[in-house]
Amino acid sequence: MGSKAKWLCKLALGPVLLLMSVVAMAVGGEASEYNMPQGVTAVGQQVYDLHMIILGICVVIGVLVFGVMFYSIIYHRKSRGVTPATFHESTKVEIAWTVVPFFILIIMAIPATTTLLEIYDTDNAELDVVVTAYQWKWKYEYLNEEGENVSFFSNLATPQAEIHNSEAKGEHYLLEVDEPLVLPVDTKVRFLVTANDVLHSWWVPMLAVKRDAIPGFINESWTKATEIGVYRGQCAELCGRSHGFMPIVVNVVSKEDYAQWFTAKQAEAAETKGLMAKTFTLDQTMERGEIVYDSNCQVCHGANGEGGVGNAIAGSAVATGDIGHHLDIGIDGVSGTAMQAFGAQLNDVDMAAVITYQRNAFGNNMGDIIQPIDVYNHKKD
Amino acid sequence: MGDHHHGPAKGLSRWLFTTNHKDIGTMYLWFSFSMFILGGAFAMIIRAELFQPGLQLVEPGFFNQMTTLHGLIMVFGAIMPSFVGLANWLIPMMIGAPDMALPRMNNWSFWILPPTFLLLASTLFMEGGAPAAGWTFYAPLSTTYAGPSVTYFIFCIHVLGLSSIMGSINIIATVMNMRAPGMTYMKMPLFVWTWLITAFLLVAVMPVLAGAVTMMLMDVHFNTSFFSAAGGGDPVLFQHVFWFFGHPEVYIIILPAFGVVSQIIPAFSRKPLFGYDSMVYATASIAFLSFIVWAHHMYTVGMPVAGELFFMYATMLIAVPTGVKVFNWISTMWRGALSFETPMLFSIGFLILFTIGGFTGLMLSIAPADFQYHDSYFVVAHFHYVMVAGAVFSMTAAIYFWLPKWCGRMYNETMGKTHFWISFIGFNLTFFPQHFVGLAGMPRRIPDYALQFADFNMMSSIGAFIYGASQILFLYNVIATIRSGDIVTDEKVWDGAEGLEWTLPTPAPYHTFETPPAVK
Repeated sequence: MGSKAKWLCKLALGPVLLLMSVVAMAVGGEASEYNMPQGVTAVGQQVYDLHMIILGICVVIGVLVFGVMFYSIIYHRKSRGVTPATFHESTKVEIAWTVVPFFILIIMAIPATTTLLEIYDTDNAELDVVVTAYQWKWKYEYLNEEGENVSFFSNLATPQAEIHNSEAKGEHYLLEVDEPLVLPVDTKVRFLVTANDVLHSWWVPMLAVKRDAIPGFINESWTKATEIGVYRGQCAELCGRSHGFMPIVVNVVSKEDYAQWFTAKQAEAAETKGLMAKTFTLDQTMERGEIVYDSNCQVCHGANGEGGVGNAIAGSAVATGDIGHHLDIGIDGVSGTAMQAFGAQLNDVDMAAVITYQRNAFGNNMGDIIQPIDVYNHKKD
Repeated sequence: MGDHHHGPAKGLSRWLFTTNHKDIGTMYLWFSFSMFILGGAFAMIIRAELFQPGLQLVEPGFFNQMTTLHGLIMVFGAIMPSFVGLANWLIPMMIGAPDMALPRMNNWSFWILPPTFLLLASTLFMEGGAPAAGWTFYAPLSTTYAGPSVTYFIFCIHVLGLSSIMGSINIIATVMNMRAPGMTYMKMPLFVWTWLITAFLLVAVMPVLAGAVTMMLMDVHFNTSFFSAAGGGDPVLFQHVFWFFGHPEVYIIILPAFGVVSQIIPAFSRKPLFGYDSMVYATASIAFLSFIVWAHHMYTVGMPVAGELFFMYATMLIAVPTGVKVFNWISTMWRGALSFETPMLFSIGFLILFTIGGFTGLMLSIAPADFQYHDSYFVVAHFHYVMVAGAVFSMTAAIYFWLPKWCGRMYNETMGKTHFWISFIGFNLTFFPQHFVGLAGMPRRIPDYALQFADFNMMSSIGAFIYGASQILFLYNVIATIRSGDIVTDEKVWDGAEGLEWTLPTPAPYHTFETPPAVK
């Protein structure tokens, strides 16, 4: 029996070492194509270590168990003329393989518990960001005590032509946005995650953060990135038709760059406020409207207003009809369809621009100009 | 007496009005196989779209309908009814009973299934399409934001629940009341034990699912707000109720599979099952634990840390009784006289792949690590290892094992073994790479993906086509066996098989055990 046990150990050890080294090689780079990324946060590293420890334990147990099984398959086959044994129970053995796994589980549970407690400790955050999920985009809002509030939407930036295979796909296909979330490095950032419509889940593997966004509830999570870089993720909870098309991009920058960016964003916000009272020419409005259309409308209504999931805009009764009705649809959406209420997502300048654009582009040529003040007044009525 | 013997009725009425457990079992099995093909076809569409990045074949909304229907049809239409069919055929023969205890209800519980699935599949042609919120249909995507088909879907779930509850009550009544004299509980074959426990699970949780969909119905049509925070409800409530059903549900699927391999492995090891008693206790422990681990499907919803810890520890505990089972099966093989006919190959395939699924299950139970695994392809890989390589492989093993007994004809062994190897390779090629893409960050239920996931997805799709094609071989083999397989007349079709069903003539007559056998 002794020599057999030794033989089994040898049989088991070889593959374990082989597998471990293969795994270790695969993990060399930071964002592996085979394995969980180690991430750029202390928590991410802990989670990764936990993952590897448990994987290792499973591999060892697996090799032992399968080793015994294959030994049996090779040596205890009928074709070798063996006579089957008749044993069919052993209380001692049964107790052993109930108790031993139990202790292995306790060994696993200890580091798992400490890591979990750390993940749940959202105290002492230096920066709070509200993450609000929409079908199908993210909104980021920085909660700062003084100055203008900085808040913006982050939309998929991959062109429809790449998705529909008429253009070559770029390096960050489906993982690129028009405006990324910008965070300072080495700063504990608390996320307050919620949703506007259905469930979503904010997931960035390199930050080891995944939190469900639930309408009507606010979930907390946090991260502290230790390396400057761009980290990409996706919505993880099925949220309807474009669930696969709402990526997350986090741009972690130095504290100085962050401060500079933040000041610029505040200035931009102040400027937008100023724009509310301004009167625009048709050209100015069309120019702005096209940008707003491309990031908000074209997924459903087509790059040339030809329609798709949504109705066609080119020559549509809405875009060539009553302005008030057109504004209603833009602001309040159409319930029961994929047409969302954009009133809370676009500011009045952008809303005015995009409605103007829809009424004049794609051959609609209505000649109307809607000004921000018109939107403001329409909302009030 | 002899002149009173009645065989099956002729024509269609035999099947419509039958109360015979074998006829009903046969219908369940053919029905579930047809659903397996339908659900499989949906899977092929999914894998074809995911063959390479970009949208090629279907649009994203339809893709979501496919993932949803694939899940619903495989779980409720293929796997569950197939094991009910097996129970119908085998439980009376294994416990020495002439039929099921409630034969007319048995007829009902089968015949409400086909129209229900017809209705569910018909939603594909409705305006707005079939349900598209995933087989887990989380609110409010499945309520306020769902198309009109959700009402049909809710009705279908109610009827499926009725069918399952009737089937389970029948199994409980049969096992408790119709065992032959001397067949004590601790002498019952393990397949009967696992089904008895499964039946209790079903009776306990199907009403919970009915409750969940009824609340959905209220939210959709009667302006209640069970799952809407705006009206004072809670979307997370849906998940708690759903998974209180859903976790026991996965054991409902796997426990009968445990029962099947516990019959087959001893037969081809020519050695009694190791640790029968501990197998029974382990099954009961798993069933109990299944009720207190549901929230491990919801680690990311923002539960309090105490809840998170409780569900993590409870979930890890499942590894203990599951480990006991695996160790017992291997000990059964140890120093046996093994031979590797098709049922044994599928059982060993089950044993290896289910164990891998168990390992990834253990990894998923670790809450902090689950923040990375959750809703990624890692989870998809995990549950296909336990659902397909677990439940479907064991079901396939069962068909090869008992089919000769049922029809008195032997299947083609070479074709059977070929089926096994193609399935085994196709399955692993499909699902093993999904572990990698999941860990690397690919979320589940997406119709298109980033370029770094392309290679593994192509592998996965090729594997899926291979696995799908191998089922045609299976279908051909089964039909060929029934029509023209070599005649077998031995009562014990397999020399190592034990149990009352092998004391009956081959093929098993239409009525069996009209006088109870004596069990020593």
